[in-house]
Amino acid sequence: MYTIHGQTTDWELVIGLEVHCEILSNAKVFSGASAVFGGEQNTHVSFIDAGFPGMLPKVNEKCIEQCVKTGMGLNAQINKYSRFDRKNYFYADLPQGYQISQLYHPVVGEGFIEVTTSEGTRKIGVERLHLEQDAGKSIHDMSPTKTFIDLNRAGVGLMEIVSKPDMRSPEEAGEYLRQLRAIVRALGTCDGNMDEGSMRCDVNVSVRPVGDTALRTRAEVKNVNSVRFVMHAIEVEAKRQIEIYENGGQVKQETRLYDSDNGETRPMRGKENANDYRYFPDPDLLPVVLTDEYIENIRKNLPELPEAKKARYIGELGLPAYDAGVLTADMETANYFETAAKGHDAKKVANWVMGDLFAYLNKECLPISKSPITAVNLGALVGLIEDNTISGKIAKDVFQLMIETGKAPNTIVEEKGLKQTTDTGAIEKIVDEVMAANPTQVAEIKAGKDKLKGWLVGQIMKASQGKANPALANQILNKKLNG
Amino acid sequence: MTDLINLTISEALDKLNKGEISSVDLTRAHIEEMAKGRVLNAYITETPELALEQAKQSDERRRAGRVGLLEGIPVANKDLYCTKGVRTTAASKILSNFVPPYESTVSQKLKDAGSVMLGKLNTDQFAMGGSTLTSYFGATKNPWNLDLVPGGSSGGSAAAVGAGLCMGATGSDTGGSIRQPASFCGVTGIKPTYGRCSRYGIVAFASSLDQAGPMARSVRDCALMLQAMAGYDEKDSTVANVPVPDYTQALSGDIRGKKIGIPKEYRPDGLNPDVAAVWDKGIQFLRDAGAEIVDISLPHTKYALPVYYIVACAEASSNLSRYDGVRYTTRVEGKNLDELYENSRTDGFGDEVVRRILLGTFVLSAGFYDAYYTRAQRVRRLIYNDFVEAFKQVDAILTPAAPTPALSAEALKQMKPVDVYLGDVFTTPASLAGIPGISLPVGLSSNGLPIGLQLLGRHFDESGIFQIADVLEKQANFDKLPRRVKGE
Repeated sequence: MYTIHGQTTDWELVIGLEVHCEILSNAKVFSGASAVFGGEQNTHVSFIDAGFPGMLPKVNEKCIEQCVKTGMGLNAQINKYSRFDRKNYFYADLPQGYQISQLYHPVVGEGFIEVTTSEGTRKIGVERLHLEQDAGKSIHDMSPTKTFIDLNRAGVGLMEIVSKPDMRSPEEAGEYLRQLRAIVRALGTCDGNMDEGSMRCDVNVSVRPVGDTALRTRAEVKNVNSVRFVMHAIEVEAKRQIEIYENGGQVKQETRLYDSDNGETRPMRGKENANDYRYFPDPDLLPVVLTDEYIENIRKNLPELPEAKKARYIGELGLPAYDAGVLTADMETANYFETAAKGHDAKKVANWVMGDLFAYLNKECLPISKSPITAVNLGALVGLIEDNTISGKIAKDVFQLMIETGKAPNTIVEEKGLKQTTDTGAIEKIVDEVMAANPTQVAEIKAGKDKLKGWLVGQIMKASQGKANPALANQILNKKLNG
Repeated sequence: MTDLINLTISEALDKLNKGEISSVDLTRAHIEEMAKGRVLNAYITETPELALEQAKQSDERRRAGRVGLLEGIPVANKDLYCTKGVRTTAASKILSNFVPPYESTVSQKLKDAGSVMLGKLNTDQFAMGGSTLTSYFGATKNPWNLDLVPGGSSGGSAAAVGAGLCMGATGSDTGGSIRQPASFCGVTGIKPTYGRCSRYGIVAFASSLDQAGPMARSVRDCALMLQAMAGYDEKDSTVANVPVPDYTQALSGDIRGKKIGIPKEYRPDGLNPDVAAVWDKGIQFLRDAGAEIVDISLPHTKYALPVYYIVACAEASSNLSRYDGVRYTTRVEGKNLDELYENSRTDGFGDEVVRRILLGTFVLSAGFYDAYYTRAQRVRRLIYNDFVEAFKQVDAILTPAAPTPALSAEALKQMKPVDVYLGDVFTTPASLAGIPGISLPVGLSSNGLPIGLQLLGRHFDESGIFQIADVLEKQANFDKLPRRVKGE
């Protein structure tokens, strides 16, 4: 159990996450404007998004579908009746003066995510998922006296996924977030890019002495934008609260900002006057009523979820749990792996993907979708090793050439003449030559210095320019040494 | 030209069809009358050049054989309807410079039917009021007597139609804003079923109540106009996807056997005797025409007014948040964002608008929401059920449209706001229930002012109330015109 050792006692953490996921959809949630990320400022804006007089929202059904899919990924209750409410507050980048959200009747109810940490696997409860619209962006640093407003994001659909206060360690919170990201990516409902802000996290943290069951006052840490920062923010916020309690103080319920540069959280400015959002049902929108048929149709067409995929990799493909976890962390990696592994040894392919390929992609900061080696070609490379066309060592060179040229491994092997020699006569000839050139070593081996044999095999391989089948070379050498 | 401005839309269409007049003739006559009628202050913005251009195009279309339902008819829009390229103010200062880059669905449909737009009509600011006194552009006067108000909020529409400054006009009705001014100015107006007309492009007051409707000088004209205005619109989720029947087909002239409900709750002690007399006359007219009169009860009527003011103000407080000084509105700068909001909104909104925003903000506030808003919604359901029950017994309900004939502007200014709100007592129940209601002039008060009656019908049964209203209109034979229109 994760605890923080204080001066007076040991402390337990109670953590809940509110994650905003931008819904993958061509259009915004209540207008037909483009929801694509980027674009010149204020170019993806309709009169509805800009809150013009007489403009009315209209629900984009695609966004509802994405919420339902995600709800299924969270093992959650899909609510056949949901409704929109207005959350009223003034801000310059909120053109309507209210955000359309779902307070009273969210589209998705309770569910859970299974999270595996060093302490085992636990179900972390999901309280709800609701659909709402994003606000625009206020830009304060373009002028010393003016604020500029970009409404490109205003009205983009968001899924707010609220967990229960079930997490007990930074690691667990980090894993929850990773798992959630893997789920939305697998379902294609959110791209999960935290650095572009399409997935944003608010963290609720409170602490209590180990053994206590009552919840203490929590602080909400806003907009923590990476898994690593979430884990770190939890730790520093928990330590701050413990220090307050141990000095006889009380933690205030407040909203705080995480400062990753200084590794601390601090109160948000200007939020002293508590907002009364005056939620009420949005009279411009009808309730969303889903039929059983609609829900079942989505369920039937749901892609395989990361947990199920992982289980299949372990069960059917015989991969270790660690490999299965890494390869199912996102859809693109899983798809790449599965294409490459078709007809080949899954573990060998996994090693190539997680080893050489990841090393190269990480070094070049490339996503797997930009890999110069296609999945089919990586599979073919493993195939060449499997049928003894090339050795594992030559394969490393071929891999490098594949990166440089993008060519298929067979082509490279042909062009460079790298085909492994299984011609016993030719290998015998090389073995004889190498033995003749190194009489001292041969004598020592014969006298029992077995360690030198590896060196001798290396010489043979070198002489064959790596093309000799190592197993055959060994076999022939043994025969000659014994004979 | 006086005769051209006294025609009904149906009569004018007949003459246009026969080639006796052109749309340009008709439009020019109205433009001349608008100039003479400026004392009424019925228009906020006149668009005579645009109108003549549209009239010319209409005449060309007619020559080419393309004749819309309202081909060549000059009408005007309440200044709540966004009109592309023509300033739309909602009679407020804050939108006094707003020129919409889009057209409301209903005004577009009227254009598509071949009508010509003469301009934008005065209203209470953001449609909040029953007198047109709250307009930032000055009060509209009643063509029957310039000391009196035309009612509201569609007071500009009612006055213009009554005075011959347009042949028909759009209004909008949230709690009686079409039916009450129609009564005050001796014209006919219908609030259709909620969901019959699109609200897209109409400046919102209270979204769950706002409904567009026509105002004109006869039941038939209203039927024609509503025909053009109504129908499904994918841009408004609350518009019903149901077919629009041919309303003029319903005007059979025969209502024998129809059951007309007379709700006892609409006849409180001390009801204005002139209003009571006209109501009794209306009942007799319908009975004479062969209808069966049935006494009914709508027990929750007395709660309608407070429920209406809670719901309407709550929605308004949120709907009007967008007028914040940041984008298309007038702006009064401040030292920071909060000050900019405060300054722009204080300067841009009139007193009545501020009062309703404050009321609405209050009833939605934490700690008060359940006591006011939630409870109001529950009572609203009871009021709705009252009507559903009543319509199991009767085909339509006849009531007065307003508790008094037109009041004087001076008297209204002396009244407390809450007393002014009492003027909506007969119209708000139908608004809360979402049912259609037509108001048509049936008689005159003892001092010669028009008094209208209201016929309420089942959801989406505008045809049914047109049918009865048409008979009532003929029986009442209301041909009294304001003196200025008769040229006296």
